[in-house]
Amino acid sequence: MKVFVPLDSVAVALGADALVAAIEAEASCRGVTVQVVRNGSRGMVWLEPLVEVVTDAGRVGFGPLTVADVPGLFDDLGKHPKALGLVEELPWMKGQTRLTFARVGVIDPLSLQDYIANGGLVGLERAAKMTKAEIVAEVTESGLRGRGGAGFPTGIKWKTVSEAAGAQKYIVCNADEGDSATFADRMLMEGDPFTLIEGMAIAGLACGATKGYVYIRSEYPVAIRVMEAAVKIAREAKVLGPAFDMEIRVGAGAYVCGEETSLLNSLEGKRGVVRAKPPLPALQGFMGRPTVVNNVISLASVPVIMAKGAAFYKDFGLGRSRGTIPLQIAGNVKRGGLYEVAFGLTLGQIVNEIGGGTASGRPVKAVQVGGPLGAWFPPSLFDTPFGYEEFGAKEGLIGHAGLTIADDTTDMLQMARFAMEFCAIESCGKCTPCRIGSTRGVETIDRLGRGDASAMPILTDLCNTMKLGSLCALGGFTPYPVMSAITHFPDDFARAKEAAE
Amino acid sequence: MLDSHVHSDRIAEILDAHQGLEGPLLPILHAIQAAFGYVPDSAIPQIAKALMLSKAEVHGVISFYHDFREAPAGRHVLKLCRAEACQTVGADAVADRIKRALGIDWHETTPDGRVTLEPVFCLGLCACGPAAMVDGRLVGRVDESVCAEVAK
Repeated sequence: MKVFVPLDSVAVALGADALVAAIEAEASCRGVTVQVVRNGSRGMVWLEPLVEVVTDAGRVGFGPLTVADVPGLFDDLGKHPKALGLVEELPWMKGQTRLTFARVGVIDPLSLQDYIANGGLVGLERAAKMTKAEIVAEVTESGLRGRGGAGFPTGIKWKTVSEAAGAQKYIVCNADEGDSATFADRMLMEGDPFTLIEGMAIAGLACGATKGYVYIRSEYPVAIRVMEAAVKIAREAKVLGPAFDMEIRVGAGAYVCGEETSLLNSLEGKRGVVRAKPPLPALQGFMGRPTVVNNVISLASVPVIMAKGAAFYKDFGLGRSRGTIPLQIAGNVKRGGLYEVAFGLTLGQIVNEIGGGTASGRPVKAVQVGGPLGAWFPPSLFDTPFGYEEFGAKEGLIGHAGLTIADDTTDMLQMARFAMEFCAIESCGKCTPCRIGSTRGVETIDRLGRGDASAMPILTDLCNTMKLGSLCALGGFTPYPVMSAITHFPDDFARAKEAAE
Repeated sequence: MLDSHVHSDRIAEILDAHQGLEGPLLPILHAIQAAFGYVPDSAIPQIAKALMLSKAEVHGVISFYHDFREAPAGRHVLKLCRAEACQTVGADAVADRIKRALGIDWHETTPDGRVTLEPVFCLGLCACGPAAMVDGRLVGRVDESVCAEVAK
């Protein structure tokens, strides 16, 4: 009997480790030989822990599973109360286009044989036969843009580093996924770490970089453990070696280190303070040397692009947003999780059709797209197609493609206040608009909360200053959640005034 | 005195083990904190000397990052997520009830040294919030019953 129980943080946080113990105990009790594989998550968080049993027909899912449900896995599977049917046939799975996440949840994350048997290393092998310029051209042609949030074309960044002079160049993977509602990087690293390693190795070939670093936030203990183990396995199998090797580094709880220049300072052992640009990290990055800094998903999308070709990847998407995007649907949502799909679904389709609306059953009031620095979208903007430019045109951003769904009990004034408070806590202190503006922002929103409407023009002006005058996206984008809350939910700000009167 | 000797020997070992790394300070600080539960003051001059930094630079790095402690925490560390996705499923109310049950606020330790309560901004469990971390272990859909796990 072969059983899959995810090692993914979500499954573990909902009791997967206890299930493994229970399955093994039950098997031994019944004298059944059981092989438990710890896979990644399929991304259906509302069904986690989702356990899969291998049958002649395929992998049958059971979830959300509790210890009490375990004995039933050894009886008639069809009669199990938590039986979901074949996992691959579930609507959530069938509706997706899994390119970057093709193997996540399917394979044993730490089996290089599994990885290779499921199409792994094909991209790296092809890249090894190409020139640097050819690899860069292929990635550029695919239309891949930075999935961390900025959306900068990955191929152009690589070209700059590839053509830069320097005896030592670096590939740095930004795995400091601190945005609320985002967990794609975590799921990828936990569920298919070799994809990231392969992507970084290809980037190394393309840029002439022999050393890579993955900077993972300390809040992700499972991802750190899996990535460290995977790097060791890849090194032993000579996937990593003198031509390109890498290290895992762990952050220390600073949100701002997700910004690429402060990440580089942190990696160098300094305070994670933002650097002014120029110089670009591509030319003077880690240790002052040419450095690619890419998000996990950007790098992990490269192997499939190299394996199947730029045209295949580019064929998905809309406008200038090419390929697929792993949506992370979170917050107060009925069916939350990770859903990889071509760009172009509308926000309403994502929230209502895929997510199924709120978990509380109350009406959706607002959806924050792109993490703590993203704008709140009201249902009246649910026709916005999911794409970089399309969200930009509505005064928002897609960021790392995380969506926080909030129901009608949410007080948008409090959410705006939290955005400023978060910025004040996490500001690195380098630039004045962010360092001081965020604290003044909290105070000004508190004035509004007390019914002092004269604070509104000051808040608007302050947001403008932060937006235009901050060095990085922390101070520069905090105005997005604040101003979108004011624009789309004026009642929440006026209500306070009436209460005071 | 004995303590500080024990500290300095262990720190010397840690510094030695990190030789040859590029940008070794964060890995060193993580290792020291793993060994002692915090980064003792006495470590600062020792690290500074080994890495050819000023004591102010080392102190500046320690104080910049939320993770590094300058004093030991309680026997248990309970981290509760305060970020937006967890807020939408009632994280603030859960945190308030836990604070009342423990009788402490954020960043405080119970007088008996039992538990330290800390905010965390996102554990990547955003579709099964409110999220928590209890002594390094992840917990989804947390509520005040988590207090039982830090009762001893």
